[in-house]
Amino acid sequence: MAAILGGLSESALAFVYLVAGVLFIQGLRDMTHPRTAPRGNLISAAGMALAVGVTVLVTDILSPIMLFAGLLVGAAVGVWLAVTVETTEMPQLVGLFNGFGGGASALVAGAELIDMFGTGSFQVGVTSTAALAGIIGSVTFWGSLVAAGKLHGVIDDSAVRYDGEQIVKALFLVLAVLAGLHLIARPNLLGSVPLAGWVPSYWVLVAAASILGVLLVIPIGGADMPVVIALLNSYSGLAAATTGFVLDNSVLIIAGTLVGASGLILTVIMCESMNRSLANVFFGGIGEASGSDEEMEDIYEGNITTTSPEEVEMILDVADRVVIVPGYGMAVAQAQHAVAELAELLEEAGVEVEFGIHPVAGRMPGHMNVLLAEADVPYEKLKDLEEINPTFSQTDVVIVIGANDVVNPSANTADSGPIAGMPVLNVGEARTVIVNKRSLSPGFSGVPNPLFAQDNTNMLFGDGKETMQELVNIYKENH
Amino acid sequence: MTFVQNLTFFVLAAFVGYEIITKIPTNLHTPLMSGANAISGITLIGSVVVAGSGSTTLATTLGFLAVVMATINVVGGYLVTNSMLDQFRSGDDRKRRGD
Repeated sequence: MAAILGGLSESALAFVYLVAGVLFIQGLRDMTHPRTAPRGNLISAAGMALAVGVTVLVTDILSPIMLFAGLLVGAAVGVWLAVTVETTEMPQLVGLFNGFGGGASALVAGAELIDMFGTGSFQVGVTSTAALAGIIGSVTFWGSLVAAGKLHGVIDDSAVRYDGEQIVKALFLVLAVLAGLHLIARPNLLGSVPLAGWVPSYWVLVAAASILGVLLVIPIGGADMPVVIALLNSYSGLAAATTGFVLDNSVLIIAGTLVGASGLILTVIMCESMNRSLANVFFGGIGEASGSDEEMEDIYEGNITTTSPEEVEMILDVADRVVIVPGYGMAVAQAQHAVAELAELLEEAGVEVEFGIHPVAGRMPGHMNVLLAEADVPYEKLKDLEEINPTFSQTDVVIVIGANDVVNPSANTADSGPIAGMPVLNVGEARTVIVNKRSLSPGFSGVPNPLFAQDNTNMLFGDGKETMQELVNIYKENH
Repeated sequence: MTFVQNLTFFVLAAFVGYEIITKIPTNLHTPLMSGANAISGITLIGSVVVAGSGSTTLATTLGFLAVVMATINVVGGYLVTNSMLDQFRSGDDRKRRGD
């Protein structure tokens, strides 16, 4: 079989790759609507199966056992991870998958260089793109592992800053670039020295880029993770695209570039949603300078009204329109099912219910949407910032659950500070605001939230899941 | 193929990607990311080539590792995206199921 197909001409192979590329593009096009998106994912998977299948059949395989063992092991692990994951663990899983893609690209470029050493000729086009693939792939792999570790709680997820941080990072970047230049200029320098066949300059590059990847993500705190995850997503695509240049393979370039573009757009959206530049997210540092206690006392002292689930039930009883604003706290408390149940009960009672979702709420782009979809909330009810903001003034009750910075009105008024100018959900315009939080502690930005002290705000302290469940139970009893 | 031809693919794909992805609603950003991520597992093709045809043990070993990682990326990525998208339902879908 392989022998017959082995004769498949190069242009036929290129044609199959083109078809795969078209399937990827069509798959992404179908992602523009929730109704067509599942089909899009299948089309994209079909493109992948086609491209990989043809490659396996056409390539002269010298070690089939190794190849199929690799495919089996990878598929088994992939299925296991995908089947056992909880929706709340989705951000770290997506991060982890990003890393594997990037890591594979870096290894492929390395293996290709070693093969080329055997033939004795290095082309500049190959060595230079291999150097790029090595840097991007290694940064993606290690950066993603750190990000996934932080999201999973294995690594401290606070913003870790230290003196001379930028210089240390710059040093490792310079080292990686120098090793890359050496690879391009003198790939055969070591000639017949033992281990020269490993193309050592490439592995120096990989080591330096790996450390750089760790150093880049370590200082980044939890709430900035959406940006990091989106950017690493983009890198995993770019790593594949540059590997495509190394192997002279069109479908790798097309598919990798699509992913690179997608990740980059998401990164830009996330940054704009925080009114911060990408450089500021990575190098600026936020969260370490928490607002002084006196400042918080000035704002909160004597102005905090607390409430109980019983009272909230009575407020909801006379409401016509309710907007629920979820934040990362809802994910942590795993309160999405209780929240969804409350929304359903209210709807059955004839109340109009919508969800207001800030783009950076949670730990990855679209995090809240996925959680609420899991809890069976119809997607038409999930409104983004531009859609929901004009409606708050006609809203009777806003329930904020586990969100803080994204509903902080001082973002609209402050001239400086971590959240100044950040687009926020103007929940304070509603008649009554219920804020469910465990305490008055500030959000990730460290900025106190004047919303909590507003006259129309009632604080409903307690764990998100328990409080919402209690509210649901009381509501059921009275209806 | 020449470097310039490859660069042509790169530039055109970047524009196509930009045009499509800016149209994707915020609702679907997570499935988009995870679906796109599965596509980036296309590097599996490269892994297959080097694992299958590696002329040295070292190249084959690296290829093997790359195949494992890329396959996890591809298989896991598509499955997770699929199960996520399955959960996105409209109000009409819910009524039809009789909720």
